[in-house]
Amino acid sequence: MADKVWVYIDQYKGEAIGASWEVVGAARVLADQLGGGVTAVVAGSAVQQVAEQAQHYGADQVYMCNDGTLDEFRAEPYASLLSGLAREHQPEVILFPTTSRGRELAAMVAVDLGTGVMPDVTALEIQDGNIVVTRPVYGGKLISKAVCSSRPQLITTRIRAFTLPEPDPAKAGNVEQVNASVSEDQILTKVSGYSESSAGVTLNDAAVIVSGGRGVSNNPSLVPPDGMDEKEAEVWKAQQGFKLIGDLAGVLGGAVGASRAAVDAGYVPYDHQVGQTGKVVSPDLYIACGISGAIQHQAGMRTSKVIVAINKDSEAPIFKMARFGVVGDLFEIVPPLTAALKNRLNT
Amino acid sequence: MKIVVCVKQVPDTAAKVVVEDGQITWGDSPLVINPWDEYAVETALIQQEAHGGEVTVISVGGEDAKEALKHALAMGCGNAILVSEPGIEKSDSLLTSRILAAAIQKIGDVDAAFFGRQAIDGDVGVTAAQTARVLGWPSLTLVSAITELDPGNNTVRVERSIEEGRQVVEGKLPAVISVVKDIGEPRYPSFMGIRRASRAEIPIWSTSDIGAELSEPVVTWPEITNPPQQEVVTELVTGGSPEEIAGKLADKILEEKVL
Repeated sequence: MADKVWVYIDQYKGEAIGASWEVVGAARVLADQLGGGVTAVVAGSAVQQVAEQAQHYGADQVYMCNDGTLDEFRAEPYASLLSGLAREHQPEVILFPTTSRGRELAAMVAVDLGTGVMPDVTALEIQDGNIVVTRPVYGGKLISKAVCSSRPQLITTRIRAFTLPEPDPAKAGNVEQVNASVSEDQILTKVSGYSESSAGVTLNDAAVIVSGGRGVSNNPSLVPPDGMDEKEAEVWKAQQGFKLIGDLAGVLGGAVGASRAAVDAGYVPYDHQVGQTGKVVSPDLYIACGISGAIQHQAGMRTSKVIVAINKDSEAPIFKMARFGVVGDLFEIVPPLTAALKNRLNT
Repeated sequence: MKIVVCVKQVPDTAAKVVVEDGQITWGDSPLVINPWDEYAVETALIQQEAHGGEVTVISVGGEDAKEALKHALAMGCGNAILVSEPGIEKSDSLLTSRILAAAIQKIGDVDAAFFGRQAIDGDVGVTAAQTARVLGWPSLTLVSAITELDPGNNTVRVERSIEEGRQVVEGKLPAVISVVKDIGEPRYPSFMGIRRASRAEIPIWSTSDIGAELSEPVVTWPEITNPPQQEVVTELVTGGSPEEIAGKLADKILEEKVL
């Protein structure tokens, strides 16, 4: 009998996205209650190794599809594959990690199968045979429960919200090779190139985030090079400031975030924005430097485990949510903090 | 070129949204066009300026959703349509995308439908991809730049912003395109635009007008609550030189055992 609980393993260029394994862990908890095992769907152009790993993390059954049409991610052929498998085997639930790919795929499979999708959930429970999910809404200002009356229930799980299981190299499941369900001439898009992000560590799955705000441009001791107008000088100063933020993030193996004010002022690219109209993050440690903590910013980082705030303004709202605060000039505090942590962590 | 932009009306991002007696409230804060959708309107207007044609803005929602449409008209969209009937605001994403797809087909000969990446109320973020799938059109989501769009040859090339970087994707028109903030700052409504929008009569279509059906949503929200109060005791680190403060702060961070 086919498993009731499925997971989609997200991968990029043949390497699994770490959050996929959190999803396998969440699937195991559901399967223990609903009965049966966990089936993983692994697709790409050369994903044997991902299929191996899926078993180590706990998949009992793996549907593996290696096909040229699945080389670069395009939602359409991936969705058609997954929808076809789901039609054939009728799972109760398919879980996806909340990545850009996972979300789009769940969206399309929902259309194919005429069912509902519940994205970016932070908790799962079973009531009367239905999965009740918990979802932050309004940028985390409210918490909602949601249920889906049709099958399969399509759910994407928020990155870092579920526990990562320990892999066990001795674990082995059954791998079944499956064929792609559409051919290249049926696919509506072509990928003609890509460039890697300059961000280094991506914000969504970072365990540590160091963020800068508008205050990062206010270092009074900097003298901009000759010939810059006022705006250029401000951005130049901000970029020097963000170097300090980047140094601290680097020592902690973390990512660099920013407030909307810093992004709108042109200090850093939008990819770094944390908040209601940026990325919603939930790291173990969030260090806010020169960020006042507007409600929109709080919406993006309030579930961080430990929040540290460094700000000149003792009245800044960010201090109300911070575990530790320093009322002071970030340009005076951040460099010695980087040095002190580097020294203590031996990095 | 015939362009559609799909927008939603939401509480302002600065609103203090809370649940009182089981109802969501946002006090005196205004309802506004979803901020992401303003980028979609801007993108649509830029394409219209480049290629000619008309931009129609559509919303699915209650009758009060007209304010979002008026904002889009004030920015420069030529036409607005509200798809509305009792109960429509309970639609889940699947229903909404079916209704939007039917409205786009009713308008007819549409070359491109633009969306914001997600609405800031439900944070679901799947409507663009679902509408594309219902229509059978290419889904170009999370687009940060349109590098080429040729309505004569029906081709489009975009850059998508994904976690790992930028992906260049080519497709055929008609296509669904959802945009992110990098696409360019939305313009402010002009004085003339605001005047024109305030006088505009916005037609209301029912689902039966467009050959769609308002069925029961499959996703429901049985409960909505305020988030648990976080009991944070803030400890201010003070005293001594910046180096001493930094050293103390480093020790305290390490004591939390999150590194």
